[in-house]
Amino acid sequence: MAGTAVRGRLTWQVATVDAVCDETPSVRTIVLSVPGWAGHAAGQHLDVQVTAEDGYSAQRSYSIASAPGEPLTITVERLEDGEVSPYLTDELRARDEIEIRGPIGGYFVWAGDDAATPLLLVAGGSGVVPFRSILRHRHNLGSKVPIRVLYSARSLPDVIYRAELDHADEGVTVTYTLTRQQPPGWTGHAGRVDRHLLAEVAWPADTDPLTFVCGPTPFVEAVASSLVDLGYPGGRIRTERYGGTEEP
Amino acid sequence: MTVVDDNALDGNAIGGLLHEVFGTEMTAAVAVCRSCGASGPMAETVVFLRAPGTVVRCRACSSILMVVVKHHQLNCVDLYGLAALEP
Repeated sequence: MAGTAVRGRLTWQVATVDAVCDETPSVRTIVLSVPGWAGHAAGQHLDVQVTAEDGYSAQRSYSIASAPGEPLTITVERLEDGEVSPYLTDELRARDEIEIRGPIGGYFVWAGDDAATPLLLVAGGSGVVPFRSILRHRHNLGSKVPIRVLYSARSLPDVIYRAELDHADEGVTVTYTLTRQQPPGWTGHAGRVDRHLLAEVAWPADTDPLTFVCGPTPFVEAVASSLVDLGYPGGRIRTERYGGTEEP
Repeated sequence: MTVVDDNALDGNAIGGLLHEVFGTEMTAAVAVCRSCGASGPMAETVVFLRAPGTVVRCRACSSILMVVVKHHQLNCVDLYGLAALEP
């Protein structure tokens, strides 16, 4: 219940929607206000619970899009047959309330203290959401950790946070690959992330990069195994898979 | 044998459930498979949410590590497939 959160325990809390912002025709960012929110780490997620009038409830997990210290924000992609996401992307308005619990996760997180090694962030579709938190955290810390981002999207209009990613800080390189449709005159990469593209874009394995891969399950499997083929040690690759979407 | 199933997620997806069951963050906890002895973070296990209950399998040998079934707000937890779980 709201207001009864006990430190260390994970309890459902009522969050109020402060603002919503459409990122793409099917992706929306939602800024939440949660009384007593204890803060979060970059890369963590929330569970959201939506309950229908007849009492049926469904839960889904959404990555946190904001950096530690910033207002709690999630970005949600609408799944056509989804039970929760269409409500969040289409129905939810400012001042509405939803039930959440979190922050959740201690593995797929970047604390900002691994300054000795570069970061590689590989995103498929809305898998870019936790990386927005990491990139903003780097900015807010004034960190100089070199980061390479490789982001696979179906088309340019499907790229989430494009304005922000196109103006990344010094030391951050963002590379897109567009898998289904490229605009006229596109000189960037096309097609899926494979070993060849990773060999070109990713850090050389001997720089001991810390890698985060987030996206739909087949995407993550393909990227992780390609990285291992390129000599990345498995223990330095952190993965997070989500379901329900088409191949980005 | 490795699990290749597009419906499979990973241990990150049950971070909330694990916290509910164990009372603390567990995705970074090291799970050791009773069948093959492989060890790795819970976050890297193979998770099926749409089985009857939640099924957690070993990424190396795909043996079942853990099953959680929710019944009337109560979590029934089977940890037989785990040789160890260290937060």
